[in-house]
Amino acid sequence: MTALNVLTGLLLAAALFFFIAGTVGLLRFPDLYSRLHALTKADNVGLGLTVLALMLQAESWTEVFKLGLIWVMVLAASATVCFLIGNEAYRRGLTPWTTLHAGSSGRESAPLELGKLLEPTHAGCYDETKGRTSA
Amino acid sequence: MSAFYIAVSVVLLLTIVLGLGHVFRQPGRAESLLAALLFGSTGVALVLVLGQGLGLDRALDIALVFALLAAVLCVAFVLRGWPEDDSKEDRKP
Repeated sequence: MTALNVLTGLLLAAALFFFIAGTVGLLRFPDLYSRLHALTKADNVGLGLTVLALMLQAESWTEVFKLGLIWVMVLAASATVCFLIGNEAYRRGLTPWTTLHAGSSGRESAPLELGKLLEPTHAGCYDETKGRTSA
Repeated sequence: MSAFYIAVSVVLLLTIVLGLGHVFRQPGRAESLLAALLFGSTGVALVLVLGQGLGLDRALDIALVFALLAAVLCVAFVLRGWPEDDSKEDRKP
């Protein structure tokens, strides 16, 4: 039983690391896309580790199944929502942050080719209503 | 062991508060949507760990409802609630 408790503690500590990393990303990343990335990826790993830790302490298989179900549901939901928000923001012309922006504020700037590569073209953006974006 | 669970949930609560404080200082309605995403993942973990620490059996159901609500809220916001004149530049270069 104590070995299980130690394993639970280690998994929860690892989960905390990922949650803190996700929040630091939310605080420090420069635009909506990268903040979205921090929230939907790092935090889901943290949640997965939490669920694993609690599965070790579960008293019945029903609890284990329910915990797994919660994680899979959050994963599916955040993947869908991340795509929806990112695509809608891109369709509205929200410019993704590049290192060229950082160059103008005094930080090290990137070679020009990289900036051209990252320039939004709206080519790969899924759009069911063509008329609204063509402006 | 239950003191450890409660300590973990306090740290989780701190990360949520920090994230919320930042999100509400940003311009643009889309930023507050990130708060809903934060509740969807960190909030669910908080409820699960707190439920384990306090010995609440219903915490699993509460966490499941939280996860469902966060997903529905985000989809509803993107499809209906996102104003067209939301600020385009979310941080000036």
